Amino acid sequence: MTYIPIADQPNELHDPHTFISKYVWSQDHKVIAIQYGSTAIFVGLIALVLSALMRLQLGYPDTFSFIDPADYYQFVTMHGMIMVIYLLTALFLGGFGNYLIPLQIGARDMVFPYLNMLSYWFYLLSVIILLASFFVPGGPTGAGWTLYPPQAILRGTPGADMGIMLMLASLAVFVVAFTMGGLNYVTTVLQARTNGMTLMRMPLSVWGIFVATILGLFAFPALFVSAIMMTFDKLLGTSFFMPAIQSLGETLNTAGGSPVLFQHLFWFFGHPEVYIVALPAFGLVSDVLSCHARKNIFGYRLMVWAIIIIGALSFIVWAHHMYVSGMNPYFGFFFAFTTLIIAVPTAIKVYNWVLTLWEGNIRLTVPMLFAIGFIFTFIHGGLTGIFLGNVTVDLPLSDTYFVVAHFHMVMGVSPVLVLYAALYHWYPKITGKMFNVTLGKIHFWATFLGTYAIYLPMHYLGFLGVPRRYYAMGNTDFIPDSAQALNANITQAAIFVGIMQLVFIFNVIWSLKYGKKSDPNPWDATSLEWQTPDNPPVHGNWGEKLPVVYRWAYEYSVPGAKDDFVPQSIAPEDVEMLEGEGKYVDRSEEH
Amino acid sequence: MSLFRAILEKPWKQQTASGLPAEGDYGSVTPPQKVGLLFFIAVVAVMFALFITAYFVRMELDDWRPMPESQLLWLNTVLLFLSSFTLQWTHNVLKKGQDKQFKIGLILGALFTVAFVYGQITVWGQMQEAGYYLYNNPANAFFYVLTGIHAIHVLGGLFVWTKTIVKYWSGAEHEELELSTELCALYWHFLLLVWLVLFALVSYT
Amino acid sequence: MLIAIAIVLLVIGSVLFHFMSPWWFTPIASNWGGIDNTIEITFWVAGFVFIAINLFMAYCIYKFGYNKNRRAIYEPENKKLEIWLTGITAVGVAALLTPGLFVWADFVNVPEDAHEVEVVGQQWQWSFRYPGADGLLGAADASNITPDNPFGMVPDDPNGQDDLLVSSKEMHLPLDRPVKLLLRSKDVLHNYTVAQFRVKMDMVPGSVSYMWLTPTREGTYDILCEELCGIGHFVMRGKVVVEDEESYSNWLDSQMTYAQLNAQAAGNPQIGQALYAVCSACHGANGEGNDALNAPNLTGLEPWYIKRQINYYKTGVRGGADDVVGMAMAPMAAILADDAAINNVAAYIDTLPDVSSPTTVAGDVEVGRALYEPVCGICHSEEGAGIWAVNAPALAGMSDSYLVRQLQNFKSGVRGAHQDDEYGFQMTSMVSALRDDEAINDVVSYINTLR
Repeated sequence: MTYIPIADQPNELHDPHTFISKYVWSQDHKVIAIQYGSTAIFVGLIALVLSALMRLQLGYPDTFSFIDPADYYQFVTMHGMIMVIYLLTALFLGGFGNYLIPLQIGARDMVFPYLNMLSYWFYLLSVIILLASFFVPGGPTGAGWTLYPPQAILRGTPGADMGIMLMLASLAVFVVAFTMGGLNYVTTVLQARTNGMTLMRMPLSVWGIFVATILGLFAFPALFVSAIMMTFDKLLGTSFFMPAIQSLGETLNTAGGSPVLFQHLFWFFGHPEVYIVALPAFGLVSDVLSCHARKNIFGYRLMVWAIIIIGALSFIVWAHHMYVSGMNPYFGFFFAFTTLIIAVPTAIKVYNWVLTLWEGNIRLTVPMLFAIGFIFTFIHGGLTGIFLGNVTVDLPLSDTYFVVAHFHMVMGVSPVLVLYAALYHWYPKITGKMFNVTLGKIHFWATFLGTYAIYLPMHYLGFLGVPRRYYAMGNTDFIPDSAQALNANITQAAIFVGIMQLVFIFNVIWSLKYGKKSDPNPWDATSLEWQTPDNPPVHGNWGEKLPVVYRWAYEYSVPGAKDDFVPQSIAPEDVEMLEGEGKYVDRSEEH
Repeated sequence: MSLFRAILEKPWKQQTASGLPAEGDYGSVTPPQKVGLLFFIAVVAVMFALFITAYFVRMELDDWRPMPESQLLWLNTVLLFLSSFTLQWTHNVLKKGQDKQFKIGLILGALFTVAFVYGQITVWGQMQEAGYYLYNNPANAFFYVLTGIHAIHVLGGLFVWTKTIVKYWSGAEHEELELSTELCALYWHFLLLVWLVLFALVSYT
Repeated sequence: MLIAIAIVLLVIGSVLFHFMSPWWFTPIASNWGGIDNTIEITFWVAGFVFIAINLFMAYCIYKFGYNKNRRAIYEPENKKLEIWLTGITAVGVAALLTPGLFVWADFVNVPEDAHEVEVVGQQWQWSFRYPGADGLLGAADASNITPDNPFGMVPDDPNGQDDLLVSSKEMHLPLDRPVKLLLRSKDVLHNYTVAQFRVKMDMVPGSVSYMWLTPTREGTYDILCEELCGIGHFVMRGKVVVEDEESYSNWLDSQMTYAQLNAQAAGNPQIGQALYAVCSACHGANGEGNDALNAPNLTGLEPWYIKRQINYYKTGVRGGADDVVGMAMAPMAAILADDAAINNVAAYIDTLPDVSSPTTVAGDVEVGRALYEPVCGICHSEEGAGIWAVNAPALAGMSDSYLVRQLQNFKSGVRGAHQDDEYGFQMTSMVSALRDDEAINDVVSYINTLR
């Protein structure tokens, strides 16, 4: 039978005429990407404000009485959950996944555009439910982003009634939204690639997003399952996770349940979640580095294999979050072993990024600065991960500021630097305008140096033994006053970095209106999205005919070619050559 | 393992367009709907696997009291098997172009399915009457949760079935109908498989 | 170019920060020096990698800056280099992991001669249980917990009768003797951490986790909870005293066994009534209190609270020189000769009918509610009735001028700052949410509505 891809089928909603169908109920992957992206950035800003409030309390305890302990734990929880799920996951996959997959593989749209639209609206619904918890009696949950029972559903934790229920409901809706989007991304990558786009010709961005999506599809069910079981424990009095408990003078009618079971389920989701965020970041940064270094990404095949291996391994390391959870301590051997194995492919990725710079022709554009900044912070965060992954070293450092510093370095700052690299890199394509370079550079330096000033010292508070999730330290026998002074400095840096993010927001909005019109391919990039007939690309992406792909996405600085880049979609015979260089050759016999 | 071979390719060597079909010629490609469904099935399978893992972990703790088995569950199993079988048959007759049988099969498959869901609800009612409430024991809680989640997925299947029959009424093309029916049958087989695992689980533990 | 310089400077700065940082591990007080060594190894390897890769990257950026007359090299991959890098990394990772696993093997295998001590966690307090002469701990379960049996002991377990129950935040350990800590929680997850011991472990309700160590240095160290356990997580503090065998056994001898605690005579209200005559001068014949004399209402306060406070006055924990009003209580409390007398008075006060004091404080009730419910109400209960399990006294119906004064005292450290005040630290930390006297008035005026 002849099959016509859904994206190519004529359809009223799919070929929109009215404002509503074009921008609100849109099925265009680019519009959905922007919807996802702007919603994610919006909630991300809320989470940023929450972190500033937390830092005020930590830096200057006894000063801001509008932050009481209940508020503080609610801020901690909401900040963590929003940043991990509703900002990073949504922006990398819902935002960049949506925008880049069809454009980079040469498709007109996702294969299920309607489902794609639903995915965004479910995501928005989950965000609304989440934010609604700020306005219910008791406020949002303050159980920490890990939502460990029994604590999360008992009195004694802020928001233990409505707050936690709304959080679980929001997560369940998010999982549904993600599954709809995720099925789309995976199927599109597998089934809708254009003529010539073999798997190994795909840019690493697509690879990172593709594997991360598969991780998400298989990891989020664990969150879903644990959310359902905890909801039952809270509302219907079951004892999935609830042992016999005497809570604040009241003997509960529960027995036999296992709180550690929840932790296993949670981290079976939670650890892959780290890579759901990291793998797209790995992919995007690879493309940015290669393009601005005017050189192919070094060791492309190993980069792809590393993404796949990291993805697979991420499902068997989860209990390294639980070395001191009271689980059978013999598990520590296995999980320390698997965890340190994962360091090898990760290290290879770092080597290959740095080797991509070697003998390159590096343009220090704004996206490139962010990409280089990412390598630095990721090396730092990756190495501190080796401390925590090694079960013995984890004993003194677990639950201290060292952990906070580590995961903010590796999962906060690093992916966010990639997000900025990617946003600046693709801004001209998404909007058709060029951003203001000076503002971009100011934003980079403030963010890069500022975040390092926050997190480097924080590791040392962890060595000292300062515990995380403390509203105030009070007096101890081992924490000197200088630690409090350092905490105040960290707060100053954090507030500074927070405020400097407004420069980015301003730049995005200002450039949209007043920015210079951008070339269709301002960075001289090779991948398909830069070769669209319109800039920014219109609905359907490719005009009359889909592009045909002749080579991989990293054909930079090819010896003999006139330009230092050869786009994927130019036929070999059309490639302009330097004088006296003859024809652009098929290199199948070389290397 | 073509996928495995595909990722061994050295992409910088080839400079040709060959490899994938040109636009409009997707004849050799698996329909995306089918790929999407297979991934969805995998996701749901992972979810049930996690529930079952949790079941085994929780079962080891000492307050576990197994529930009695309801004979009605055997009947429900037969009903679900019939619906799954009927939908497969429906797909087969559609392929041969037997339109009338197709219509009967499609409706019959749905009837068996509805009967299955009704049967499950009846079992719940029986259990409640016998005093096996959700909160009495984790075994009860798991029984209700697992059967409930399964039933929700069955109802989700019925929703897609509705879309298929609407397609049929509005005179959709044969290929489209064939694909829809094939996917319905596939999904039902999966639901049956999940049910058999769940049934065995609650019966033998 | 600037970025290359910045990276070099950041590397140098990080190394300098590392060597100059005054913030480093506390001096170790246990046998777990192996952990410190593992960290040392990890630091050297990680530090080398950090410096090497970043300097190489900075060099690349410096050396291969953009020049439109130059081309980058075209090099898709370099198998030999990649294999070498992978191999070296694998060796390095193995070198990091191996020593750690040996230490971990020590950690999971408790020595045969370790003595057992049970640590019990609850929101947001510690208590401890030592096996008695038989060396065995009796069975205990959270479902047995009552005000008279806070440890949830199984009453008829013979092993439990001689268990020493320490309902205090302070535990003692003998020097140089391996100890296996059995960790139990009554309610939610907690975590037993002593920074100087290096090791830590979560406490999981419904099961008993464990860890072991040998204390190697005398001293008093803080016990912190390091698993988020609710709003009072940061004030869940205890102390561990490491001391020589002799002091340790003296301390053990001063603790009460489960059987002794059970056999303790209940307070006698008749005897207490006679003793109360002294108190009645200020607190009134029916314990109703007298604002003019700054004597609070005593009715509605539970005996455990009255007893603790009288003891505090007796031992100088409360009513010190800076407590202008409270110091009047110190000589009065001294009249009560022993625990039995205190018990009797408390028992008598318990028989007095609960009356509410007149309200004198005016504040914004709604503001007060917003302050009270999410924080104060957790321990003192939403109705202000107090909760025995967290040792939080009743507030509803109390003399409001007294409540205001106490909140001020907690804020200024007049009350609660004494090191023997078991729960004072919790209050001095929590009152920081009350900005000023106005906020105190608001919250007290809300408490006034809870009667």
